[in-house]
Amino acid sequence: MEWLTAQEWMAVRLSLKVAFWATLVSLPAGIFIAYLLARKEFYGKQLLNGLVHLPLILPPVVTGYALLVIFGRRGLIGGFLEETFGLVLAFRWTGAVLAGAIMAFPLMVRAIRLSFEAVDPRLEEAAGTLGANPLFVFFTVTLPLAWPGVLAGAILAFAKAMGEFGATITFVSNIPGQTQTLPSAIYAFLQIPGAETSAIRLVVLSVVVAMAALFGSEYLSYRARRKTMGR
Amino acid sequence: MSLFVEISYRFSGFQVDVKFDAPTGVTAVFGPSGAGKSTIVNAVGGLLTPDAGRISLSGRVILDTQAGVNVPPHRRRVGYVFQDARLFPHLSVRNNLLFGQRFAPRTSRIATLSDVVDLLGIEPLLERRTLALSGGEKQRVAIGRALLAAPEILLLDEPLASLDEARKAEVLPYLERLSAEARIPMLYVSHARHEVQRLAQTVVEIEAGRVIRQGPVEGFAHERGMGAERLTLPPGAMGVGSAGLSFDATDVILAAPGTLSGAAYQVEARVLSVEVSGEVVLVRLAVGTTEIVLPQPAAALANAGLDQPGPVSLLLAAAEVSAPAEPD
Repeated sequence: MEWLTAQEWMAVRLSLKVAFWATLVSLPAGIFIAYLLARKEFYGKQLLNGLVHLPLILPPVVTGYALLVIFGRRGLIGGFLEETFGLVLAFRWTGAVLAGAIMAFPLMVRAIRLSFEAVDPRLEEAAGTLGANPLFVFFTVTLPLAWPGVLAGAILAFAKAMGEFGATITFVSNIPGQTQTLPSAIYAFLQIPGAETSAIRLVVLSVVVAMAALFGSEYLSYRARRKTMGR
Repeated sequence: MSLFVEISYRFSGFQVDVKFDAPTGVTAVFGPSGAGKSTIVNAVGGLLTPDAGRISLSGRVILDTQAGVNVPPHRRRVGYVFQDARLFPHLSVRNNLLFGQRFAPRTSRIATLSDVVDLLGIEPLLERRTLALSGGEKQRVAIGRALLAAPEILLLDEPLASLDEARKAEVLPYLERLSAEARIPMLYVSHARHEVQRLAQTVVEIEAGRVIRQGPVEGFAHERGMGAERLTLPPGAMGVGSAGLSFDATDVILAAPGTLSGAAYQVEARVLSVEVSGEVVLVRLAVGTTEIVLPQPAAALANAGLDQPGPVSLLLAAAEVSAPAEPD
């Protein structure tokens, strides 16, 4: 790689890895919660909705600190994970995955929820009268019709996770080669006199990734609308 | 095979209280819009739960609010053809048709894909996407899809209501074949009297949430003065004969003047004016010196080139005509 230094390239690769796993791990939960919010009425629905959106509103450093308290090695869940599975999150790239997933979750759920709401519930009813149980209806009617929206949500979440900074640096710090993601690297370069060109290269790269994700997600939402419009 | 329904359901100030039996064959649930017909089929299909009631299908209880029985829709084995077809837009016609088949126990299947394709004439559509189908084609596919799920009863909720006259005329013969060939009972919801007359053996008439009449379809049209208007032509005009003719306005077929039809009665007349009224066209005719008004499907009229003033033939079958009653 001629146009990126080893450290820059390491940060880009780590960010891609973190964003990939953050998206993959959170997608099933995102689909499940988006479906609940779109289709079901239950006690505590507004609370769940609020919890999902909390990372969007809170200062990211607060989310990062909360992660540290809960998932740190002496935290309630963090301690359990280490003892039982030997899985350490704090100050590891796996922790960056968790931080990215949590911060991207509201965006993902919003996009997927909209696409579920656009699916005509009368089609689900029709599938039921044909003998399909609710789980089968979900996997053969609801999910396929909402699929472009689900992908759009996943792409948005990927881009968001890739750019996540505040919660990540609080929870896993900024260790080159281990937890230094693309935005952390930009931040680090800005602290070093004369490293602005490195920072600018990564900034341009970030903008390109973000724009590509937005265009991709818009295109898929458009496809989703076209798919569900004809009834 | 028979269906028993007794339900009561209240929503936004409107009360539905009905009780009826539907024997084998086609039972029409007939009544004006807003009478509660859809509530009844939705309760049978399990798409809404009545406040109280009991529904059984060939002795199998699918709803009993007192006993706490409420079988979910997917276990009721009730085929449902909706007014708006509700085909799956992400599946081909073939996969729409086959959607419910995998849930049908092999032993209870009542039709194969090729039976249904032949019955409904949808062979050329099989590989198409559903979005491009016409309204009539969609309804035929929806009927086939319901049949392949091997239901124990077929519910048809105004399957023709959202179609224009030409599409209705396209689908109706398939429904007639279905009612003749299918070996399961059908509940046919409609507000159109002529559909009921053509398809049903039993009629349950609903008004304001109550059953006001139930029984065989015979004599259904002329009861309570709600049937088609009875018209009378006095003797004198060409083709009328010496006793005059009496017939239902809806039984007349209009044809080009001088058509060699073989109809029992062929009366020559003149179209005076044509007035469009919704889906039908009111044709004002002069027969000799008598003026009559006939409702006709708009499409049929335009096809025959009879939508403007000029000569025309009225065709009538012998069975539909009687001598005029003596004036009181």
